[in-house]
Amino acid sequence: MSNVKIPDPDFAKSIIDAGGKTLDLCYQCGTCTGSCPSGRTTAFRTRQLIRKAQLGLKDDILPSEDLWMCTTCYSCVERCPRDVEIVDIIILMRNMAVQKGYLAEEHRKVGRSLLKIGHTVPASDKLKQLRVSMGLTADPPTTIADPKAMADFRKIMEKTGFEKLIGGA
Amino acid sequence: MAADKFALFLGCVAPLRYPGIEKATRELFKALGYDLREMTGAGCCPAPGVVRSFDQATWLALAARNLAIAEKQGCDVLTICNGCFGSLYEANHMLQEDPALLKKVNAILAEVGMKYEGKVRVRHFADVLFNDVGIEKMKQKFTRPLDYKVAVHYGCHFTRPTKLKHLDDPERPHILDELVEWTGAKSLPYADKNMCCGAGGGVRSRDGKFALTFTEAKLKNMKAVNAQFIIDVCPFCHLQFDRGQKDLPGYDIPVIHLAQLYGLAMGLPESSLGLEAHEIKVTL
Ligand code: SF4
Ligand code: SF4
Repeated sequence: MSNVKIPDPDFAKSIIDAGGKTLDLCYQCGTCTGSCPSGRTTAFRTRQLIRKAQLGLKDDILPSEDLWMCTTCYSCVERCPRDVEIVDIIILMRNMAVQKGYLAEEHRKVGRSLLKIGHTVPASDKLKQLRVSMGLTADPPTTIADPKAMADFRKIMEKTGFEKLIGGA
Repeated sequence: MAADKFALFLGCVAPLRYPGIEKATRELFKALGYDLREMTGAGCCPAPGVVRSFDQATWLALAARNLAIAEKQGCDVLTICNGCFGSLYEANHMLQEDPALLKKVNAILAEVGMKYEGKVRVRHFADVLFNDVGIEKMKQKFTRPLDYKVAVHYGCHFTRPTKLKHLDDPERPHILDELVEWTGAKSLPYADKNMCCGAGGGVRSRDGKFALTFTEAKLKNMKAVNAQFIIDVCPFCHLQFDRGQKDLPGYDIPVIHLAQLYGLAMGLPESSLGLEAHEIKVTL
């Protein structure tokens, strides 16, 4: 086993082409790392992730846990002196990771919930009772109460390939 | 678009976990003379941390569907959640800036007989209260002075990215502090006030324990100034602080969404605030 990482020269370009145009602007000052709540208690380093992306260390980034440590709080984006769209770049790389099949089971579950009810969380009977007791409808007037709307919602996810991406309902 | 009506976007966590936030919002805006229209058949915004992280094209198409529902009502969108605000605001911005992208998304919407023209504006309810309603009108509605000492939590996607949202200062926001103080309550300064609750970006669902490290850091700082309540403007932050404290015993700081706080200040019956749904008991 070797620790040598093989860069993929096309990786940075693929991020830039997908909308991460500011990736090139990073000059590695580390302001993002210093602002990152996620890195305070862990080894996650925003600056390093951006550097790896510039270098094309795709095989290092895409399977990594680091990619999913960001809460998208935008602290780094607010402070970056080069206006690097750090969150957008992280999201684009997450999309690429998911394309490669790196999707946590817990996340797959959220995806399945969307396919089923159009929401991230279901309604319990207790919740429905509480809603009614407050003068609200038992179900909110959303996809959850509207089969036609749910079918439309799901059809969009079929068309974009989301259903397949998360491994079906 | 007409200034006296809004299409109310509910999202997931408010109607399905904390219906008091929905109820209080409806009562509050009705009392202020707004016509809140239903977005019948709307779904998840969709959640920025999960859906956008999985597939941005799906996120954009589903957001556009929600925006199209509001557009048909001839209204701007009113959100009561930072996540919904973030998703819909940013998706809307992308679609309005890029006609080619809008066309692409409309080709998908056409499959379900819908179209988005890019005409609506997406608003956060706290922005509407602060900038449209204003202190004078709001104060006329308050009947119950509140003298609580509270810790406000802005959450991330209400004001950030500020370059897009232009609502408040990135490092020293003040809107929420002022909104809270209009009721008579005192917004306490505390360390690291702008820090994230830990739930966003898909972190809560993927690694709940790690998310709680953020939550605990904030709770410690709130406790240090003896905050009686946490006031938020996002049901997801609300859930993270409220349910999170089940696993973080010893803090016992009840969590109240700004719409609920305003409901209270307006003298709404407590039964309209849905406080039973809260894990950390709210004693007023
Ligand atoms: S703050 Fe900006 S320029 Fe500095 S290291 Fe981070 S991304 Fe690069
Ligand atoms: S947006 Fe992500 S990377 Fe940037 S500071 Fe927040 S958690 Fe860290």
